Amino acid sequence: MTTDPIWFTPPPRSPRVPEAPPERPRERVALTVDGEPVEVAKGATLLDACRAAGREIPTLCYLETLTPVNACRICVVEVEGARVLAPACSRRAEPGMVVASESERVRTARKVVLELLASAVDLSTAPGLAELMARYGARPERFGAAAATVAQPAKVDNELYLRDYGKCVLCYKCVEACGTDAQNTFAIAVAGRGFDAGISTEHDVPLPDSACVYCGNCIAVCPTGALMAKPEHDLRAAGRWDESRQTRTDTICAFCGVGCAITLHVQDDRIVKATSPFENPTTRGNLCVKGRFGFEFVHGRG
Amino acid sequence: MDLRFQGNRPSAEERAAIDEVLGPPLGAWDGGERDPERDGRVGFGGLPAAARRDLLLPALHAAQDRAGWVSPGALEYICRRLSVPPAEAWGVVTFYHLLATEPRPPVVAHVCDDLACRLAGAERLCQRLVRELGPAGAPAAGGRSTWLRSPCLGECDRAPAALLTAAGAAPRSAVLSPIHSEEALVAALTRPESFPARARFTEASEEELRRSVPQIGRPDLLLLSRVGVVDPGRLEAYRASGGYRALARAIELGPERVIEDKVVSKLVGRGGAAFPTGRKWEAVAKAEARPKYVVCNADESEPGTFKDRVLLEHDPFAIVEAMTIAAFACGCERGFVYLRGEYPLAHERLADAIAQARAAGLLGEDVAGAGFRFDIEIRRGAGAYICGEETALFNSIEGRRGEPRSKPPFPVEVGLFGQPTVVNNVETLANVPAILLNGGASYAALGTAGSTGHKLFCVSGRVERPGLFEVPFGATLGELLALAGGVAGGRALQAVLLGGAAGVFVGPEAIDLPLTFEGTRAAGATLGSGVVMVFDEDADLGDALARIASFFRHESCGQCVPCRVGTVRQEELLARLRAGRPEGTVQSELATYRELAQAMRDASICGLGQTAASALESALARFGAVAVSPSITGGRG
Amino acid sequence: MFGAGGGTSSYQEIEETDCVLLWGSNARETHPIFFHHLLQGVRRGARLFAIDPRRSSSARWAEIWAGLDVGSDVALSNTMAREILAAGLEHREFVEHATSGFEEYRAHVESWTLERGERETGVPAAVIREIAHAFARAERAMICWTLGITEHHNAVDNVLALINLALLTGHVGRYGSGLNPLRGQNNVQGGGDMGALPDRLPGFQHVENAPLREKFERAWGVAVPPRKGWHLTEMFEAMERGELRALYVIGENPMRSEADQHRTRRLLEGLDCLVVQDIFLTATAEVADVVLPAAAGWCESEGTVTSSERRVQRVRRALPPPPGARDDLEILFDLARRLGRDWGEADPERVWNEVRTLSPVHAGMSYARLEAEGGLRWPCYDEQHPGELFLHSRFWERPVVGPRAPFQCLEHSPPVDRLDEEFPLRLTTGRRLEEYNTGVQTGVYRSPVRRGETLDLSPEDALRLGVAEGERVRIRSRRGEVVAPVHVDESLRPGLTFMTFHFPEQVATNVLTIDAHDPKSGTAEFKATAIRVDRLEAS
Repeated sequence: MTTDPIWFTPPPRSPRVPEAPPERPRERVALTVDGEPVEVAKGATLLDACRAAGREIPTLCYLETLTPVNACRICVVEVEGARVLAPACSRRAEPGMVVASESERVRTARKVVLELLASAVDLSTAPGLAELMARYGARPERFGAAAATVAQPAKVDNELYLRDYGKCVLCYKCVEACGTDAQNTFAIAVAGRGFDAGISTEHDVPLPDSACVYCGNCIAVCPTGALMAKPEHDLRAAGRWDESRQTRTDTICAFCGVGCAITLHVQDDRIVKATSPFENPTTRGNLCVKGRFGFEFVHGRG
Repeated sequence: MDLRFQGNRPSAEERAAIDEVLGPPLGAWDGGERDPERDGRVGFGGLPAAARRDLLLPALHAAQDRAGWVSPGALEYICRRLSVPPAEAWGVVTFYHLLATEPRPPVVAHVCDDLACRLAGAERLCQRLVRELGPAGAPAAGGRSTWLRSPCLGECDRAPAALLTAAGAAPRSAVLSPIHSEEALVAALTRPESFPARARFTEASEEELRRSVPQIGRPDLLLLSRVGVVDPGRLEAYRASGGYRALARAIELGPERVIEDKVVSKLVGRGGAAFPTGRKWEAVAKAEARPKYVVCNADESEPGTFKDRVLLEHDPFAIVEAMTIAAFACGCERGFVYLRGEYPLAHERLADAIAQARAAGLLGEDVAGAGFRFDIEIRRGAGAYICGEETALFNSIEGRRGEPRSKPPFPVEVGLFGQPTVVNNVETLANVPAILLNGGASYAALGTAGSTGHKLFCVSGRVERPGLFEVPFGATLGELLALAGGVAGGRALQAVLLGGAAGVFVGPEAIDLPLTFEGTRAAGATLGSGVVMVFDEDADLGDALARIASFFRHESCGQCVPCRVGTVRQEELLARLRAGRPEGTVQSELATYRELAQAMRDASICGLGQTAASALESALARFGAVAVSPSITGGRG
Repeated sequence: MFGAGGGTSSYQEIEETDCVLLWGSNARETHPIFFHHLLQGVRRGARLFAIDPRRSSSARWAEIWAGLDVGSDVALSNTMAREILAAGLEHREFVEHATSGFEEYRAHVESWTLERGERETGVPAAVIREIAHAFARAERAMICWTLGITEHHNAVDNVLALINLALLTGHVGRYGSGLNPLRGQNNVQGGGDMGALPDRLPGFQHVENAPLREKFERAWGVAVPPRKGWHLTEMFEAMERGELRALYVIGENPMRSEADQHRTRRLLEGLDCLVVQDIFLTATAEVADVVLPAAAGWCESEGTVTSSERRVQRVRRALPPPPGARDDLEILFDLARRLGRDWGEADPERVWNEVRTLSPVHAGMSYARLEAEGGLRWPCYDEQHPGELFLHSRFWERPVVGPRAPFQCLEHSPPVDRLDEEFPLRLTTGRRLEEYNTGVQTGVYRSPVRRGETLDLSPEDALRLGVAEGERVRIRSRRGEVVAPVHVDESLRPGLTFMTFHFPEQVATNVLTIDAHDPKSGTAEFKATAIRVDRLEAS
C-alpha cells in the first residue's frame, strides 16, 4: 500500500541530520558514597550515585521504567545529618551529601524490612530474596509462628494469568504498570488500608469483569511471582519449568506495525513465555495481549 | 479515558445528592441522559474530563450522607461524572473508615474507645452497647441504627464521647459528649428519629465551655482570647473584637514585611513538626510556579488533641483571616481547609464564617479592596488519621488515597496539585494575627529563646479539670497540671503521655520538665501536638499501650513495609508480653522490639510510621516490661 | 509522503508534541504500544483530538471526539483549512517558502465554511473550529492515522487532505510535528521499503525512472519491466478480464481479507495456477494448486522488519519451524534454482547487504549496527549516519532543499455504497485489541475478552429494530448477506454500525463489503458499506 503523491525521483537528502532540540547540559553533583567521591548528573538519585560507586543496593519496588514509589524501603541508605534513612531509589543526590550505603542502621533497617516481609508474605517464588535474607541475617521466625500473614487462595479467574496475592509485597509496581506509567488501563489499584491493603479491582470483581485488557505488563514487573502467566504457572505446578533449559531470543512481535521487541523464552522447542526488554525504547518492557500471550499459534501448525 | 463500568446504577436520590456537589452532567458520556444527536457526534474525554478529581471525596461524602453507604451504583456514577477509574475510586473509598462499602443503617454512633475515653470508662460503655444493641456494626432498632468503635474524636476534654451520624435527605452529624448518661446514647440508637438537627447532640452550655476552657476571658490570652467571649457566628462581633485589623495591617505592610515579621517572631508550626512558619512562607512567596495554595491542616486526629476543634468552633473567623494573610503574603489564590470529618460543629461554624467573609468582600475576587484574589474551600476528611500528614492530606484533597508522599520535594515546592503550597496547622494560623498586630519582635519576647510565644495544651485523662490551656512557653508540666487541678481525686501520678499516641510517656520525675521544644527534646520527649494525658496510679498503662498499638495498626496507610507490617508485629509482640507468653524470652522479645522500633523510625516514609513505636518504646524504657502487664502494675483500669 | 513512503516522526516525538489529531485510527486497540507513547505525550500536556465515526476506546482518551460521517474526511479537512485561513492561523512563512499551489488551494477551500462543514460531516461547527484552532496554534502537532483514512475509495485524497493541513500549519519536518500512518502489520512498512509495491523498487525507487531502474538491472543482470505493475485490486480486475492467470501468494489470505468475498472466491478458483506460501493452511491455501509451508518469519527465521517509525529491526530464529515448513528465503532461493538461476546461499545478511548497495536510504544499516543500536531508522545513508529521527527537515532549510511540497485541491466524495431506503445503515469495520486480521494467528490463544463476531448497533437502532443483545440478525448488503449476533454499543450513533473481520469462519463480514477501491492505492472501501438489518424471523 502506498498512499503518497507519486514522486518520480527520491526526495533529496536533508543537508542536516534532523535532531531533537538539544537538552540543556545537566550540572554535575558531587557527593560521597561510603567515603568515596562520586559525581552524578543533577537529578540523579542516590541509587544512581551508589551504583556509580559500585555499590549494590537491593531494590524490590524499584524499576527503571516506573515512577519510584519507595514503598518497600529495602533500598534505604544513611545520609549524614538526616534524621531518618533515605530511600535511595527516589532521593535526589545533592551536592556534598555524605552517604553510607551499608551502615549498621542501614543493615538493621534492611534486615527488619526483610523479616517483616518474610513473616507476612510467601516469598518462595521471589527471585533473589533468599540471598538477600542471608546477606542481612534476617530471621523472620522471631516474630512468632502466629504472626499475621497475607496468606489467601490464589485468584484464578481467567486463562492467561493468575494472581496469588499471598505472595504480594504491595510494591505498587503492577498498579503503576497498569496505570499512568504504561498501560493507563487502571484495572487494579491498592484498596483497603494498612495491613489489610491489597491490590484489587473495583469491588474485587474477577478480572474478566474488570477493565483488564490482559497486556500482562503487571506480570512483567512483579518482583515476587505473585502475578504469573498461566502457562508458566502450569509448567511450574507440573514440575516442568526449568530455566536452565530455556533459551531467550530477542525478535520483533508479529502483530501490528509498531515493531515491539519481544524476548521469546523457549524450552524444548516450545515458546513458554514472552517478555520485552525494559531497556527497549519502543516497548520499555511492555507488550499488548497479543504480543505477550498470542504466540501459541506458532505451535498449532504442522 | 477508556474506562470500563460494571453497569451499576445509582438511585435517583443518590444521583441527586451527587449532582448537588458536581453540578449536572454534560451528557451521556459523563453519566447523563443519552441524546443520540449530541452524544453520537461529540464527546469530551481524556485527561481534561478527569480534571475535577479533587471532587471525588466530596462526592463520596454526598453519597454516603444520602444513603448511609457508598453503593456500587453511586460509586460508578461518581466515576462516570469525574472520569475516575472504578478501581482507583474503590481504592479511595476503602481507604476512609467513615465511608461504608456495605449497606449500613442510616444512623451510626461512632463511639470513641481511645485513650482519654478509655480512662473515662469507654470500654464499659461499649460493653453495655454490646449487651443492649448487639456487637459493633450489627444493625439495631430494626435496621435503623448501629454503633461502631472509633479512634479519638477530639473530645477528650469531655470524655467519653460519641459521634452520631444520620444519613438521609437532610443528613446530620452530632457529637454526644460527655456521655453523662449512657441512656442518652442508647436512646439515640434505639429511637433514631430523636436525632437532633444540630451539630452537638446537646448544645454545650456556657458552663460546659467554661469547664473545657477554664481560662475564658483572661486578658493575657493570645490564642483563646475570643473563645467564650465573642460570638463565633457573627462577622461583626469578630470585627468589633479587633478582627481583620491584622489583615489591614498586613496589606499596609506588604507581603515582604509580613513574612519578615513572621521570621522575626520565630513562630514554629504547632502541628507537631515545629518547622519555622516564616521560612515556609518565604519559600512559597519566592516560588515562581503558579498557582500557589494555602492549606489549613485541620485534620486534628492525634489521640488526645482537641485544641484546633476549640479554635474552629469558637473563633472561626480568626482562621479565615489568618489564611487570608498567608495568601496575601505568599501570593496564593486558593485556600483549602482540610477538616476532620468528625468535627460537625467546627464545620458548620467555619463554613458560616467563610460565607460571611465572602459576602463582606473579605474573600473573593478583590479581598478587602486590596486588589488580590483569594477564596477558601472546606474539604471534609473521612476517617483517616494519616491525612493529618501534610502530603497525605494533599493526596486526599486531590481525590486519591491519603498516602503520604516522599519528602523532599517539600510542599513549599511541590505541594497541593503539585504546586507550591503553604500548609499550616490551625493553631499555627491562630498565632498569625497576634504577631502582625503586636509585631514579630514582641511575640519573640514571649516564651523562651527556643520556643517563642504561647502554646495550647490539651490536658486530659485523670486530672480534676480536663481542658484546653494556653500558657507561654516555659511553663513546666507540674504547673500545667496544677492549672488542670492536679491528678483526679488526689491520687498519685503514674505517667503522663506527652504528644499523643505518637508521643512519649514520662513518669512523675518529669513534673518539673519545662514544656518547650528544647526542654522536651533534651528529656527525650516531645511536645507533639500539645497532648498532656494523665495516668494516675490506678490507670492500666498496659491497656493504654495496647490501644495505641491497635490505633497505629488501624491507621497505618499500608504504603511502606516498616509501618504496614511493623505496626502489626508491634501489636502482636505487645500482646504476647501482656499475656506473659513471649516468643523466646522477655529479653529476646525486647531485643526484637528495639530493632523493630529502630527500623520503623528509620525507614518508614512518614511521621506516622516513624513515631508509631515511640510511646511503647518510651514506656518500656522508663518503666520496663512490667509497664505492659496489668497483673504486675496492679492497675484496675 | 513527499516521495518517501513512511511516517515522518519517531515514537519519542509523540511524547513531546503539543497536539495530536488521531484521525481514523483506533490505535488504543490496534497499536497498543504506540498508544503508550501517545499517552505519555498526553500526560505531559499534549492535547489529543480524535476524529472517528465511533467513539472508540482511543477516542475516549481525546479531549474532544468528533464523530464525523463515514467518508467525510476530505470535507472536514477542507473546512478546517478554511477556518485556519479565515482566522489567520496558517503558517505564512512555511507556506511561502516550502509549498506550492497555495493560492489555488485557498480559493478551493473558500466555500468550506464551518456551516457547510457541519452539513457535510455531521460534526458541529464549534467543534470543527476548536480542533482547527488547537491544531494550528500548537507549537508542535501531529496527525496520526490508520485504515480509517485509507480503506476508502478515495484513500489517497484522504491522505492528501491530511497533508494539506500539515503544510498549511507548518506541522511537518520539525521535531514533534509530523504525519504518521500507523502500519497495521509488522512488516507492511518493510514490504514497501523493499519494493513490494507495483511501482517501486527497493528504497522507494520508481521503476519507471530509467537511471534508477538501470542500476538494478546492472546489479541483477536481468531486465526489469519498465512499467509499474498491478496493485492487488487491479490484479483481481486482471483476473476478471482473464489477463492474470497465475498467482503466487505469500503470507496473505485474500479469500478472507478481500472485500466482496463471493467474487474473490470465483476469481481465485478460476486461475490456472495458484501457489500459496504460508505458515498455515489458510482458506486461500485450501483452494491453491500448490501449497508451500513456511516458517514463521518472526520467530523461526532470521531477517529484518521495519516498524511504523521507519526503524529497521532484526527478527531472529528462536525455535525451529515444524517439520516440512521452510524459511521463506530458502523457498524462494530453491524456486529460483528450479527456474534456472542459482542465487547462492540463502543467507539473510547477504540479501540485506545487497539491499544496502541498491537502496541509498538503507546503505548505512549493517547487521552489526542493527544489532548494536537496536535497529536504525531510514534514511540511513552511510555507516556514520545515525538514521533520521524525523523526515523532511529539508522543508525548513532556507532556501528549501529539493522540490516544494504541493497543496492539493480535493473534492469531497462520499462513499460509493450509497445509503437508501433498502440499505439504510452504514456499516464500518475495524479491529479489536485482542484479535488480529482474520484471526488465523490470534484465534489460538485463550483470550478472556474474546466474544466472537457481532454486529454492533447503537442503542437507538437496536430499539427501533426490536433486537436485543446477543440476538442473531440477518445483515444484507448489495453484495451478500450474513447472520451475526447483535451487540449494543453506545459508542455508535443511530445509523452507524460496526463489525470486525476477525472471525471469518463464524461470520464472513467481507461478503458484505464493497470492492470499490482507490485507483491509486488499490485499497478497497472496507470502511463504508450500506446494509440493512432484519430480525431472523421477520426476514
